[in-house]
Amino acid sequence: MFTEEILAAPPVHVPVGILRFNTCGSVDDGKSTLIGRLLYDSKSLLEDQLEALERSADLTGGGAINLANLTDGLRAEREQGITIDVAYRYFATPRRKFIIADTPGHVQYTRNMVTGASHANLSIVLVDARLGVIEQSRRHTAIASLLRIPHLVVAINKMDLVGWSEARFHEIRGQFEAFLPRLDLQDVKFIPISALHGDNVVTPSVRAPWHPGPTLLGHLEGVHIGSDWNLNGFRLPVQWVNRPNHPTDARLHDFRGYSGQIAGGIVRPGQRVLVLPAGLVTTVKEIWTYDGSVPEAFCPQSITLVLADDLDAGRGSMIIGLDHHTGTGTDLQAKVCWMHSRPLERGKKYFLKHTTSTVQAVVTELTHRLNIETLEPEPAPAALAMNDLGEIRLRVAQPLYYDSYAVNRLTGSFILIEPGANATVAAGMLLPARAAVKPEMGDFII
Amino acid sequence: MTSYHLDHLQHLETEAIHIMREVAGEFERPALLFSGGKDSICLLRLAEKAFRPSELPLPLLNVDTGHHFPELNEFRDRRAQQLGAKLIVRRVEDAIASGAALPAPGEVSRNRLQIPVLLAAIEEYRFDACIGGARRDEERARAKERFFSFRDSFGQWDPKNQRPEIWNLYNGRLNPGDNMRVFPLNNWTETDVWEYIRQEELEVPSIYFSHRRPCVRRGGQWLPVNAILPPRPAETVRDLVVRVRTIGDIISTGLVESPAATVDDIIAEIAAARVTERGSRADDRASEAAMEDRKKAGYF
Repeated sequence: MFTEEILAAPPVHVPVGILRFNTCGSVDDGKSTLIGRLLYDSKSLLEDQLEALERSADLTGGGAINLANLTDGLRAEREQGITIDVAYRYFATPRRKFIIADTPGHVQYTRNMVTGASHANLSIVLVDARLGVIEQSRRHTAIASLLRIPHLVVAINKMDLVGWSEARFHEIRGQFEAFLPRLDLQDVKFIPISALHGDNVVTPSVRAPWHPGPTLLGHLEGVHIGSDWNLNGFRLPVQWVNRPNHPTDARLHDFRGYSGQIAGGIVRPGQRVLVLPAGLVTTVKEIWTYDGSVPEAFCPQSITLVLADDLDAGRGSMIIGLDHHTGTGTDLQAKVCWMHSRPLERGKKYFLKHTTSTVQAVVTELTHRLNIETLEPEPAPAALAMNDLGEIRLRVAQPLYYDSYAVNRLTGSFILIEPGANATVAAGMLLPARAAVKPEMGDFII
Repeated sequence: MTSYHLDHLQHLETEAIHIMREVAGEFERPALLFSGGKDSICLLRLAEKAFRPSELPLPLLNVDTGHHFPELNEFRDRRAQQLGAKLIVRRVEDAIASGAALPAPGEVSRNRLQIPVLLAAIEEYRFDACIGGARRDEERARAKERFFSFRDSFGQWDPKNQRPEIWNLYNGRLNPGDNMRVFPLNNWTETDVWEYIRQEELEVPSIYFSHRRPCVRRGGQWLPVNAILPPRPAETVRDLVVRVRTIGDIISTGLVESPAATVDDIIAEIAAARVTERGSRADDRASEAAMEDRKKAGYF
């Protein structure tokens, strides 16, 4: 059996990667039960957690253990039986470590799902086998598509309540496949499960011989995530300038490095790079790390670049490869998810944080609202309300150097911050720029 | 080199370094909370990885409750000196003496009293961001914690009204008097911490390893006997081979009977453990929402 294999394998010394996924579901579709089941059956729950569960079961569950209490961490959530905010859970098997973003299904749904999904390699959309595809299922799938999550799992839950009917499974699958072509999803997997009884979650179900596998956990362990990061087009947004100014050590006295996390591509010493906004081309002299110089670094590693020439660059600058230029401009088009109770209106000013630079921005146009089930454009309302999706135009005070979100999630995304209250009010995904950046002042190319 | 994959520790490391550098880039007066415990030991190595070859651009801050294990304070001071880092220590004893912190009648624990001392230190130095070693997997109230966790001028955490964190874009904007708590280890588990300590060959205080110590059984836990925690008349003192799994104050840190003498032993022990790390902390067992209540009041 699968579980025994997991437990028998050596627990340490295995280099494993991390898979981040989020679970989307509506009220009562068994999302918390599924997470509880994954943790419980993979032996990720320990005795004091089970004891705490049993204690709270006496208070709220009438004696029965409620696996949902594992994920609802705040007192108000347990008392009211609701999930308020995105909660993160961790478990591991010998093959992978997992980070679950558990996003609640009702309160501020879109905002929470966008937050949880923004870090995810994979999304699990839960469907109640009795209900089939409902409005919420289409919404969850649409948001996964909008955020370009590389992998999607449709977990058709409560199969026990439809007698493990293969026909019902295929009927629901057919309902999904009818609207999937309109969305932009590359990899979709359908798995029949019963989270309550554990079928096909960690252990294969004997009740669904028609399902060839894998189990949900088997799929999470095996899905190929190696190409989820962008390795085309080097991008280093500068976070911090590293200048030791050491008084006596001559090498450190003159050291000047640009520290940041690579947001795309690969870099090697000797490579020619363009430093923005200065517009000057120079050469990578060294890739400095605490563990020594390295011959190569790639997204999403954190490094410190030493360049051949002293240039005017600091936090908010971007160092890019010459093979794939970023777009640039001050007039931006973007899709946004609005996350605050004060609505988005044309003419309002915000701070826009994109990679490591924060600039002033004004909303010049509210172009469309996006249908939350199909992502199709609809006539623009006067304002975007909380949990609305829309397409807008912005003008920024300084040019941004960016990619479209479709090409690079890290250099194609931004947040809007409301001045004064400092609230994060929107998540933005940039559409392709009209102009690509060009090295300026050819005479100065070194 | 043909493989462009990061293993889980490399992945967690680059995320944490990115967050540390965001703090250095966006805040005027950051500090790093360093207790000498295993999580903050990892934080210090991550700070070195983020900022070397420069000096660390932020001082270390510790609130000494007066109930610390002496081994921990010795280690804390020595490690700060090795790194050439500035270490600021503020003592609950001093706050009690000056009247800034008032113990309730019969209150022995320093758990509550360390909160005003931390807030006073933040105010004294006008720290706008404090990096701490808390992790989401430690406790379920922490499972909803942000990387950049906003605190108002009373140091309060409002879990229902947190800023959403999307992609790797952290909103560090503050008004005067506000403060940010930053948790680069949010996504780390206890196992990750020890695997990182092994990978980086980091020294940890000796009390994490098995040693012989007189203990008493109280509240279902083994507690260390010493001047602060004398045995009560009915209690029997036992000489046990124990270690700490998580370090709080002497009076609230349960010791676990363990032969684990090396980091490898500890990693194997955690893999086989049947209770969580904070299962040995009396301060968390006070009630189901003990951590949530302390965090709302300004605790880490």
